[in-house]
Amino acid sequence: MNATPVTETPAEIKNPEPQRGGGALSFLRAQLQQSLAFATLVVLLIFFSFASNNFFTWSNISGILLSTAVIGILALGTTFVIITGGIDLSIGTGMTLAAVMTGIFLVNLQLPLVVGVLGGIATGALMGFVNGVNIAILKLPPFIATLAMMLIAQGLALVISGVRPIYFSGVTGFKNIALGTLIPGLPNAVLILFVLAIVAYLMLSKTILGRYTFAIGSNEEASRLSGVNTRKWKIMIYTVAGVFTGIAGVVIAARLDSAQPQLGVGYELQAIAAVIIGGTSLLGGRGSIMGTLIGALIMSVLINGLRIMSIQTEWQNVVVGIVILVAVFTDSLRQRRSAS
Amino acid sequence: MPTQLLAVHGISKSFPGVQALKDVQFELNRGEVLALVGENGAGKSSLMKILSGIYTKDAGSISLEGAEVDIDSPKTAQTLGISIIHQEMNLMPHLTIAQNIYIGREPRGGVFLRERALNRKATELLQRLGIALDPREVVGNLTVAKQQMVEIAKALSFDAKVLIMDEPTSALTESETETLFRLIEGLKQRGTGVIYISHRMEELRRIADRVTVLRDGQYIGSLEKHELDITRVIDMMVGRHLEEGARPSSDRHRGDVVLRVQGLSTRHLLDDVSFELRRGEILGFAGLMGAGRTEVARAIIGADPIDSGTVEINGKQVRISQPSDAVRHGVGYLSEDRKLLGLLLEQDVNSNILLASLRDYTDALGFVHTPKGKQKSREYVKSLRIKTPSIAATTKNLSGGNQQKVVIAKWLARDCDILIFDEPTRGIDVGAKEEIYRLLNDLVAQGKSIIMISSELPEVLRLSHRIVVMANGRITGVLENEDASQAKIMDHATRMGVEKEYSSR
Ligand SMILES: Nc1ncnc2c1ncn2[C@@H]1O[C@H](COP(=O)(O)OP(=O)(O)OP(=O)(O)O)[C@@H](O)[C@H]1O
Ligand SMILES: [Mg+2]
Repeated sequence: MNATPVTETPAEIKNPEPQRGGGALSFLRAQLQQSLAFATLVVLLIFFSFASNNFFTWSNISGILLSTAVIGILALGTTFVIITGGIDLSIGTGMTLAAVMTGIFLVNLQLPLVVGVLGGIATGALMGFVNGVNIAILKLPPFIATLAMMLIAQGLALVISGVRPIYFSGVTGFKNIALGTLIPGLPNAVLILFVLAIVAYLMLSKTILGRYTFAIGSNEEASRLSGVNTRKWKIMIYTVAGVFTGIAGVVIAARLDSAQPQLGVGYELQAIAAVIIGGTSLLGGRGSIMGTLIGALIMSVLINGLRIMSIQTEWQNVVVGIVILVAVFTDSLRQRRSAS
Repeated sequence: MPTQLLAVHGISKSFPGVQALKDVQFELNRGEVLALVGENGAGKSSLMKILSGIYTKDAGSISLEGAEVDIDSPKTAQTLGISIIHQEMNLMPHLTIAQNIYIGREPRGGVFLRERALNRKATELLQRLGIALDPREVVGNLTVAKQQMVEIAKALSFDAKVLIMDEPTSALTESETETLFRLIEGLKQRGTGVIYISHRMEELRRIADRVTVLRDGQYIGSLEKHELDITRVIDMMVGRHLEEGARPSSDRHRGDVVLRVQGLSTRHLLDDVSFELRRGEILGFAGLMGAGRTEVARAIIGADPIDSGTVEINGKQVRISQPSDAVRHGVGYLSEDRKLLGLLLEQDVNSNILLASLRDYTDALGFVHTPKGKQKSREYVKSLRIKTPSIAATTKNLSGGNQQKVVIAKWLARDCDILIFDEPTRGIDVGAKEEIYRLLNDLVAQGKSIIMISSELPEVLRLSHRIVVMANGRITGVLENEDASQAKIMDHATRMGVEKEYSSR
């Protein structure tokens, strides 16, 4: 059966090029989208280098990277969730709870370093798992389920720590997790961010979990009818986000050499902003790890640069807010154009 | 000597307020096409959803190749070799064709996907099926018809024993339908049993070996190929005799021009489209899919930007830059893709019907007068014979054809002077079609004007006073009804490429 079907546009049958051209075009467009975010980053870098001599120094750059690490790790995990069309508001305080639990394991219980660190990560994973169950099995809206988890984690972090920071000064080697330099000049926290970004990239674009993340975000019902166990995968995806939250908790604790139970609120919104600036759609089905990484960098370059130019913190927030608006607006413009 | 493949007995299923199926039976043999027909809401899709593991049955038995089976999930159905093409599109628009076809069955090494193997498999499949599509294309960029071909390819990729097709042709052109029929014939040779659901009666004679009729969730009877007679099937479906109406006569009074479109062009497709619509007229738009008929409608109502051209309503030039402007000028548009663009699926029937005309039921303070609106909704439910337990039922739960009727009711309630209907009877049963035809005729008799886009030529001929034929974004002919015939329309519809190269898109 080789009969060529006469589909709607006979011109296309004679010449299948337009289709392939369309594929190449959409690929180009996807590249452009990222390179646009990338271009923004480059422009910011150039601008701040001219605006201040202190900006383009290695110590400042490595400072920027260090401050990107925590938000970046959170953003990586939440990229998965947002691509499914969901949201995770519990990552900020979840990170705090993971840090506090690491403190409990290492300082109060004096467990070995590896066990304590894994315990902290497991705390994050458990919260993600509970989120996933609430959303996939109990069918709670992600916003509600993770908002509740955000409050629960915040409360638990305060209760467990007795509203006092836990200091890791007695735990040898813990601080090095974030501040040591396996690669000379580069803090380990940054190394962790980059390694995790590669892992997340591979998971999202090369594994079955990534494929179903996009599929669920694109059309959950269709995925389910195609025999994809959407409940199971949603639980997995929220758990993955939880693992990233847990790792962020360990990293921030190591960076501050203490678990600060009051910290954490607001981190979730910064992480979500980084994901959105990176071109991931809040409606689901579309997004990339590279974009998220660039988005996170844009945020911290901006904050750092404004600080170096001695602009007040209050105004820094205003600028970041405007950048988010502009980023999302240009993205929706691009989308509208490609849709027609 | 037929061998039995699938036997279904005593199936019942009820939803809150609806008995969708009552003691239904049918049998399917190897290498046979069984056509399942019935009015909108007769229970066809529900029955098929039970077979494919989406709904669980309340009672009854299903046996496959002689052994009773328990189909408890879509996955089980797949493993048993029962594959289905759903009535509503079920694709993931952000994924590619290949990714869609093999979703849930991706070739992989460990946890990693093997994308190249996936694309290779998809290419082979599409070639074997004779479908000219690139597997790496993103599905969301395809037209509805091509998406439908992807769904078909996906269902065929399972090498199923039983293949269910729920209105597969409702979005296809004639030639695509022909491709599909050839595919089905190939499957028959290999011994696959096909269950085929359609409202297009002329298709039955073409491919059905047997026809089983459902009405109101009950089994009415089956006809073998040799005793197949369309009028008899229709009578069995609707339980009464249907009279087919006549074509519109030409000796009627011609009203003034209410809508004049001049030199309409868009960047992508339309090229210098000009026509006029008169009061009390049904203007049919015919053409192949992709000819630009929907684009004309969307350009007029301001859903898409136009490059050049003017629109005059009642002799005055108007600027319409968004659909709400169009509604303000009394132009209503009923879109072809009801699921995406026409309905609030999670809302009840009443809200959907009143959506476009809510203002008529709102007082100066902005309060909505529900009783009056509900009364109106009930009237439309009755006159269009929308099958729903009540106007408070969630629209999502209505059968496909009945959802379409809700969209129609919405625009009728709005009381626009100019109505644009895009494929108004897609997926609607024969009885209800006549009902809708009658309504359209009533509307123009009241002095309204209608543009009707339809891919079904008999329907265009049956309703339109004049017929505009389009090809490749241009108007290639305007025919008076009495001069028009299917052959003439097709002739105009396939005149393309002469003036304009397609590749300049
Ligand atoms: N999930 C559901 N919840 C409630 N009622 C439902 C549901 N699914 C179907 N129904 C009802 O069951 C009846 C049969 O619907 P079904 O979709 O099987 O009809 P159909 O024969 O496929 O019609 P069509 O030709 O319009 O597609 C309808 O009255 C419909 O409203
Ligand atoms: Mg149906």
